[in-house]
Amino acid sequence: MPRYLRNLIIALIVIAVLIGLDFVFQGRMLNPYFVRILMLSGIAITLAVSLNLINGFTGQFSIGHAGFMAIGAYSSAYFSVNYGMNLANSLGGGKLGWVVALTLATLIGAFFAGLAGLVVGVPSLRLRGDYLAIVTLGFGQIIVVFLNNIEAIGGARGYSGIPIVKSFFWIFLIAILTIVIVYNIVNSAFGRALISIRDDELAAEAMGVNTTRYKVMAFVISSALAGAGGVLLAHFDGYLNPKSFEFLKSFEILIMIILGGLGSIVGSVLGAIVLTVLPEALRGFAEYRMVIYSLLLIILMITRPQGLLGSAAPLKAWRKRARRLAESAGGGPAAAPTSPSTVATQPERPAPGGENLQ
Amino acid sequence: MSTFLQQLINGISLGAIYSLIALGYTMVYGVLKLINFAHGDVYMVGAFMGFYLANGLGARGAQALGLNPDGIVGRGLLGGGVMEPSLITALVVMLLAMAICAAIGVLIERLAYRPVRKYSRLTALITAIGVSLLLENGGQVVFGAEPKFFPELFTKRNINLFEGASINSADVVVLIIALVLMILLQLIVYRTKTGRAMRAVSFNLQSAKLMGINTDRIIAFTFALGSALAAAAGVLVAIRIPRIDPLMGIIVGLKAFVAAVLGGIGNIPGAMLGGLLIGITETMVVGYLSPTYKDAVAFAILILILLFRPSGLLGTVAQEKV
Repeated sequence: MPRYLRNLIIALIVIAVLIGLDFVFQGRMLNPYFVRILMLSGIAITLAVSLNLINGFTGQFSIGHAGFMAIGAYSSAYFSVNYGMNLANSLGGGKLGWVVALTLATLIGAFFAGLAGLVVGVPSLRLRGDYLAIVTLGFGQIIVVFLNNIEAIGGARGYSGIPIVKSFFWIFLIAILTIVIVYNIVNSAFGRALISIRDDELAAEAMGVNTTRYKVMAFVISSALAGAGGVLLAHFDGYLNPKSFEFLKSFEILIMIILGGLGSIVGSVLGAIVLTVLPEALRGFAEYRMVIYSLLLIILMITRPQGLLGSAAPLKAWRKRARRLAESAGGGPAAAPTSPSTVATQPERPAPGGENLQ
Repeated sequence: MSTFLQQLINGISLGAIYSLIALGYTMVYGVLKLINFAHGDVYMVGAFMGFYLANGLGARGAQALGLNPDGIVGRGLLGGGVMEPSLITALVVMLLAMAICAAIGVLIERLAYRPVRKYSRLTALITAIGVSLLLENGGQVVFGAEPKFFPELFTKRNINLFEGASINSADVVVLIIALVLMILLQLIVYRTKTGRAMRAVSFNLQSAKLMGINTDRIIAFTFALGSALAAAAGVLVAIRIPRIDPLMGIIVGLKAFVAAVLGGIGNIPGAMLGGLLIGITETMVVGYLSPTYKDAVAFAILILILLFRPSGLLGTVAQEKV
């Protein structure tokens, strides 16, 4: 069977299963609370896997994912409120109309988030080092300032009246698409270029990889996918508030992929699910939740820096880079002699994508 | 013209505070090549330490420690009537807050950063974010999430300069204290043996170690110094604008970091210059354009530096060797 035919059949099966599950979940057969958590997990998976593309596979550190998510959410919400609903109604207001309107909304959200990724990525990714971290951090803060002050999208009161589409099918279709896109990227020539940048940027450049271009491309794709995640969120509750896109949101996504392991798609998915379910389970400790998260993160970094499912490769690469920086510019801590029992010899569990390319 | 002068003085005063914080970023980056995300939060802790020193822990806090709620711990230096509002009080509160934060800085380095130093820089960066969040959220639990109002450590009044231009005495005091601290820092870094060791470590940690420098101690000292300056900045900010809350360090920390990058990260005079420039630009934008987007100014500056002069105004381009 030709490859494309096989893929087509798989895609059709996945869509059929999703539609079937959608019926099950719409049918009020299950606890709505459970369904809600499940759908939120789907959104979290989209965000975590997309962040892993840039942080885990390309080795560039972005900590403003919520900002791109916000752009996707708000731009698509604006579209849906002002044009999407009319469009859906003019197409008969049935399923077909909404499919068209939502597809457009998703594309618009992803497009604007990707555009923002380009604007943020170009100045910061030309440089080697930690600049992306600080620029994305700043971007995440600034976007909230803007959202709070633009009256057309509700300002600080929040944006309400967005059409609510609580569709299991749509959420998981986007989540699965994100996984497929990231998986395919990582296992392509493009992905090998990204991984080579992560492992040794200088060597990659010497081998003829246009590092800036690849880094920016990966970042734009990652941002666009985050935007798609934002689109899902915007239409999930029908209400958006700038507060939900503050730094803590970025941090939550970050801790998902770190817990799961940088450079591991399965890890990201698991991390996303765990960190969506866990707060619900810890509701009694809501006040201490973030304290527990941050402590957990520090302890995890000290005891198992590659995350629960991660491989050591991204961290090894950073160490190498640090050592080089230390040798040329001044003493870096990572240049200190390391005991052989550190990262490198931890039992590795290969991630589904990328690691076999080493 | 007089408005401009007034704005300029405000800007310099604000900028001096950014400089103090930026110094901490730049020094830690110098020795560890680490963006210490938690630094802005140490500044927040500094402001709160000043608050508790002046106002006391309150009756409940003192009782929790098993102390007399009417004693100095319960009611503080000002509330307990030990000291009157005066410049001396402000200095005492600031110096004590600096000492406490220096200890906190050393503790953070010892407990969180030193154990991950043997791993990659990414691990250290994530740890720094973790510490930052721990301070922010721990602060919300311990200090309370609602804003607190910093007591008036000395009586503020307006000083008339000439024809309508007046400045607040708080701005002048803040500026003078900040300048004195920066001069002291210069003396420590360029005139003492420890300072020479710091410079050596930031130049090359390995060689510094081979020369017999106790690098762990120097790194801890750097954290102590940076954190003390951040605490001073915290108290000084609270003197100017008396509203403090556990998340106040995020955006100020970011601006101070931009200041450090603007001056050239790792470069001490650069951090001072960068802080002043950011402070002045921000005040001018607020004064002449729009106060809404004042937080966006630093970000725009950051993007511009990264585009046109990534090594910063006073920084030098370091070649990477293979």
